[in-house]
Amino acid sequence: MSTETSTPMNRFGPFGGRYVPETLIGALDELSSAYDEAASDQSFSSEVDSLLRDFGGRPTALYHAERLGEAAGHPSVYLKREDLNHTGAHKINNTIGQALLAIRMGKRRIIAETGAGQHGVATATACALFDLECVVYMGEEDVERQALNVYRMKLLGAEVRVVGSGTRTLKDATNEAIRDWVTNVETTHYIIGSVVGPDPFPRMVRDFQAVIGRETREQILEITGRLPSAVFACVGGGSNAIGIFDSFLSDKEVRLIGVEAAGTGIEMGQHAASLAVGKPGVLHGSLSYLLQDEDGQVSPAHSVSAGLDYPGVGPEHSYLKDIARAEYTAVTDQDALDAFHRLAELEGIIPALESAHAIAYVLEVAAKYRDDGPVIVCLSGRGDKDVSHVAQIEGDELLV
Amino acid sequence: MDDNVLISKTFKLLGSEGRTALIPYLTAGYPNRDATVPMLERFKDVGADIIELGIPFSDPLADGPTVQRSSFRALENGTTVASVLDDLRTFRDGNDIPIVLFSYLNPILAYGLEAFLSDAAAAGADGILLTDLPTGADPAVEEVISESPLALIRLIAPTTPFERVPKVTRGGSGFVYYISRTGVTGARVKLRESLAEELGQIRSVVSLPVAVGFGISTPEQAASVAGVADGVVVGSALIEALDNGGIDEGADFLQSIRIGMDRG
Repeated sequence: MSTETSTPMNRFGPFGGRYVPETLIGALDELSSAYDEAASDQSFSSEVDSLLRDFGGRPTALYHAERLGEAAGHPSVYLKREDLNHTGAHKINNTIGQALLAIRMGKRRIIAETGAGQHGVATATACALFDLECVVYMGEEDVERQALNVYRMKLLGAEVRVVGSGTRTLKDATNEAIRDWVTNVETTHYIIGSVVGPDPFPRMVRDFQAVIGRETREQILEITGRLPSAVFACVGGGSNAIGIFDSFLSDKEVRLIGVEAAGTGIEMGQHAASLAVGKPGVLHGSLSYLLQDEDGQVSPAHSVSAGLDYPGVGPEHSYLKDIARAEYTAVTDQDALDAFHRLAELEGIIPALESAHAIAYVLEVAAKYRDDGPVIVCLSGRGDKDVSHVAQIEGDELLV
Repeated sequence: MDDNVLISKTFKLLGSEGRTALIPYLTAGYPNRDATVPMLERFKDVGADIIELGIPFSDPLADGPTVQRSSFRALENGTTVASVLDDLRTFRDGNDIPIVLFSYLNPILAYGLEAFLSDAAAAGADGILLTDLPTGADPAVEEVISESPLALIRLIAPTTPFERVPKVTRGGSGFVYYISRTGVTGARVKLRESLAEELGQIRSVVSLPVAVGFGISTPEQAASVAGVADGVVVGSALIEALDNGGIDEGADFLQSIRIGMDRG
C-alpha cells in the first residue's frame, strides 16, 4: 500500500466525480497533486508552451473564411485552424502536456484510447518525442474506417491493440484502456483524449485545450475589434469545444454552441447525441449525460465520424447545458458529409468529419447572426484521415 | 447501520469453527435465465457460505474477459435488475445463506436507488458491492446505502493508501473485500506473496472480517488464502468451469476449493 493522501474531488455542479474501481484512487490522487503542482509551476507551462510553438506549430491561425461565409449568408465567419497543428488536430495540445506530466511522475509507459485515431496519433507522437512506451487501444470498427491513422501510430512506434468487445468503437476502447490502467497503474499513465473520465481528467484536459480559446479570443479582438456573437464546435467527448469555449465563458453575450452527431437521425435512434437525448448516468468514471436504455445499460452510439461515436460526453458540457451557458444541437451523417465537400470546394480545406458537423451547422444557421457580429467555428482537425472512408461511403474508387 | 445480521452471524459461526468463508461469484442470467436459481442452490449445497450475485452491466470496466463475456451474454438473455431480484426471491424461499449483489452504479441509479435498496432487501439480499463506487465518490449515494438494510461491502486494493484504509471501510459493513492484486477480475496463476503482511496491516485498522478475491483459481491458492483471510472469493475460475462442463463441473470445482480450504 502506498502513502499518498486524498485530495478533494472537483465536480461541475453535480457532474463529474470519480466513479472508478478502488485500485485507481491512489493513482488519481497522485495525478491530481502532480497536476496541481505542475499547473502552478511556471517552468512546466513554459515547457508546454514552447513545445506547442516549436514542435506543434502554435499559434494556429484564425482564418476569415469568406466564401464559406458567403454560402452561409454571413460576411464574417472565422475558422480556428486547429487542423494546422502538427498531427492534424487539436489533440496534440493535450498529449504534450500529459506526456510531460507522466515524466514528472516517473511513469514511462503510456496508454491511450482512440476513436478516429487522432488522439492515438497525437499520443504516439508525444511518446516518440519523449521516448516513452506507448500502447493505444482502438475499436475494431474504427481500425477499419481509420486505417491511415492506425499505420501512422505504428510508424511512430506505438503498439495498437484492437478491441473486439462490445460495440468495437471508442466506448470499448476506453473500457479496455481503463482495464489496462487498473492492472498496470503503478508504472503507467493513462492519457485520456477528451474532457471525460474521472477527476482530474476533465479539468486537466480542458486546461491543456484552453489554449485554443485563449488564442481565439485575442485573435478575434485583434482582427475585428470585437467579441464574436457565437462560437461553434463539434462535441463527441467535447475537448475541442471546451478548449475554445473556456475563454468565452464569462463573456455572456457570446453564444457557445456545441454540435453533436445525429447519425442517421435522432428519431431513428442511431446517433451519438448524448446531450440532446441522453439522461445523466455513470460511465468511464464520471456522472454526465449518457445514452442509455431504461435498465441503465449503455446504448451503442452511432456516427459516420469515429471521433464523435461515443455514448457519453464530458461532465463540464453537461453542466454548461444545465445552467444554459452553452447550447447543444446535432447534425446528421449526411449533412456532415455534405459540409465535408462544401468546405473543400469553397475554401480549399478538407475538414475532419468530426469538424464537418460544426461546419454543417454553421452553414445552416449563420445567416441568423449576420447582424450580431462575427461567428467562429473550431476546425478541430483536418480530413485526410477520412478521405478513403468518405470515398467508400460515396462509392468512389480510390486509385491506388 | 449495524452489521447485516445474516452476514455477521455467518462469519461468527465460521470463526468459532476455525473455518474460512467460501464466497463464489455468479453472473445472474448466465449462461441462461433459468440457470441462476439452480446454480445458487448447488453452490450452497457444495459448501458456499456467502454468494455474490452479479447484476450484469454493459460496460464492466473492472472485470476481465471471463466476467465481461458472462455479463454480455446475460444481457443478451434479457437479464435486468428486476429479473435478478425475481431470481433472488425464488431462491430465498427456504434458503438462509447470505447473498451479496455485485454490480456497477448505473443500472442501480436507473432502477432508482431507494427503490432498488428496498426491493433488493425485500427479495432477500443481504449486501451490495458496487465496483465503481469507491468510498467518498458520492457521499449522498453512499449514505443512502449505508442506512438501508443492505450491508455496503467496501473494497480495498493493494494500491489503497494506508491512511485511506480506515476511511474506506467507514460506512461499510458485513465484511471488506481485499483485492489481492491490481487489475481486473480473472483467474491468475500467481498470487501476491505479500498477502499475509498486507492483511495484517488491514486488520490493524479494520475490525470487519476480510475476504480476499481477484485471481483465485486453484484449491492450493484458496487454501493458502484461507490460512490468512476470513473469506475467499472465487469468480472467473468458477465461470470457466461452468463454461467447460456446465453446472456439474462448476459445482465440482467449487467443492474442490472448499476441500482445499478446509484442509489448508
